[in-house]
Amino acid sequence: MDSFWSVLFSTDFAFSVLRVTTPILLAALGALISNKAGIVNIGMEGTMLVGALTGVIVSAYTGSAWIGLLGAVMSGITLSAILAYFTLKIKTHIILGGIAINMFASGGTVFILYLVSGDKGTSTSLQSKVLPNLHIPLVQDIPVLGPILSGHNVLTYISLLAVAGVYYMLKRTPLGLQIRSVGENPQAAQSVGISVAKIQCIALLLSGFFASLGGAFMSMGYLSLFTRDMTAGRGWIAIAAEALGGGSTIGTFIASLIFGATNAMANALQILKIPSELIATFPYVATVVGLLVYAMIESKRKKRKKGI
Amino acid sequence: MLKYFDAIRTLISIAIALVIAFLIITLVSDQPLETIRIFLTGPLSTTAQIGNVIEMAIPLMFTGLSVVLLFRSGLFNLGAEGLFYISGVVAAIIAIYASMNGFIHPVVAILAGSTVGALLSAIPGIMKAKWNAEVLVTSLMFNSILSGIGLYILNYHLRDAAAFANVSYKFQETARLANLIPGTRIHTGLILVLACIVATHYFMYHTRWGYELRMTGSNRAFAEFSGIKTGRVIITVHLIAGFLAGMGGSVEVLGMYTRFQWSDLPGYGLDGALVALLAKNNPLSVVGAALFLAYIRIGADQMSIMSDVPAELISIIQAIIILLISAEQFLKMWKNRQLLKEAEKLG
Repeated sequence: MDSFWSVLFSTDFAFSVLRVTTPILLAALGALISNKAGIVNIGMEGTMLVGALTGVIVSAYTGSAWIGLLGAVMSGITLSAILAYFTLKIKTHIILGGIAINMFASGGTVFILYLVSGDKGTSTSLQSKVLPNLHIPLVQDIPVLGPILSGHNVLTYISLLAVAGVYYMLKRTPLGLQIRSVGENPQAAQSVGISVAKIQCIALLLSGFFASLGGAFMSMGYLSLFTRDMTAGRGWIAIAAEALGGGSTIGTFIASLIFGATNAMANALQILKIPSELIATFPYVATVVGLLVYAMIESKRKKRKKGI
Repeated sequence: MLKYFDAIRTLISIAIALVIAFLIITLVSDQPLETIRIFLTGPLSTTAQIGNVIEMAIPLMFTGLSVVLLFRSGLFNLGAEGLFYISGVVAAIIAIYASMNGFIHPVVAILAGSTVGALLSAIPGIMKAKWNAEVLVTSLMFNSILSGIGLYILNYHLRDAAAFANVSYKFQETARLANLIPGTRIHTGLILVLACIVATHYFMYHTRWGYELRMTGSNRAFAEFSGIKTGRVIITVHLIAGFLAGMGGSVEVLGMYTRFQWSDLPGYGLDGALVALLAKNNPLSVVGAALFLAYIRIGADQMSIMSDVPAELISIIQAIIILLISAEQFLKMWKNRQLLKEAEKLG
């Protein structure tokens, strides 16, 4: 038990929470934006996977991690653009469209990996690059906080900045206002001259952007190569985090941190002989409970309204 | 022509997906024509291959039928995936640890798996019926939860340390499903699934219950207004759909394997959504849709064994089919033009 607590209260643990939260948080912010526009993108897992693979391939061929990141982001946006074209233009059901993205990604990435590297499992034969870790001057010298906050991958800092950026975008900018109004009442938004399809398209592209950043972190930061199905459900955890966060930026951030912490805790909990398979289900159980409580409160409120 | 619009659109979607697949093969393969030939005719080459197609169609029919029921009642539930898996685990437990005679053993194992599937499926159903909790998200969460629990049971309670891979102890011989056609692995599960399909068809179109289900699916508020207890319909549909998905998982495990060996979700649940889509949510069409899907998969497997194109090409084909078939506006222009023509003829 003592060793459990000492693991939990170490700076290493706090550092790893931020590290494992990064991909979840990035994808969750993407899910948040598209949900705010009233469009549920369940293709996050697939978009992350495609982003992860593209980052590795492009960085290997160009020799630059940054161009690799650009390639990853372009692939995520392209995939979302295809989804947007099908769902907004020729009216494919958005959920089925998301399933299609995930199906394409799970097999398609292996297909492409095999063509490029001759291997179906990992990209070890590709000389792919890794995005740099940043050591922040001054901050890194602060005791306790320094080792926790400094030395992370650049995408970890981007994910934290993105929380502020998305919060500001949704709350304070005209685009954010349009996204929220389209999501809450598309007819009303249409009647004041907002193009619903255009706003939903932008929201989908943004969700693809953030999901592919999360994917790029997996293969160019968290690990330094691509492996088959390497996102391992993080896209679904991101959707769970968004749902548990109640559709708010701060809520999504906190839920992502909690899920990141459980993920990081899995090792510490194994000291207590709690199987990691069961710990892995925690985010989903928490989300189901959260949704249930939310739905109960909501239906009670509706009933009360009817009573009056 | 217009009467067959849906069928034509489905065929055109499949054709486009196949053409794109051929293009990719041409780009990738050294012998494109030979590769395409293997892909298209491989599944018919031997009795064993034809058997493979039918074996693979069995679980697809189960999950497809399960998803048809849910989609038809207007519920976007993708939980068949997790239910299929966990029910397979339950059936495996009984196949390993219980001792019964040859006929009773698989029956008990399948019933146990199906019942667990039904009960677990009811949870998102009750949440939807009582508090209107979004069934899509809860069912997706349940997939991941059941995957973790199933893996835990496999690793901690069923795992055979003497085996080389991450697999369970061997099932008892009495638990395995009987073979139906010698020379293939087709098992009695085929009869079971066909019976389920016919029964579902009957219930959906010839009983009051089926009428209520379809009404709830087309407009829940209106159905409620006309006196249908939609909450009860939703829970019943979830129970039956979960039962079917669970039966599929149990049958697959007992019919095809001697040990439980899925260390991840096997994917048949989401494939069920594709089957339902191809079948236009019609129970009887599930047979053809599942056979088609199984056929192109076995073709892709053959292709990857005998040529230089990997089998994962199939997931690209599937993604394109899903995008096109579920697209409401796809070929609408053509339909409208046909409508105009017919109107001109009349007027």
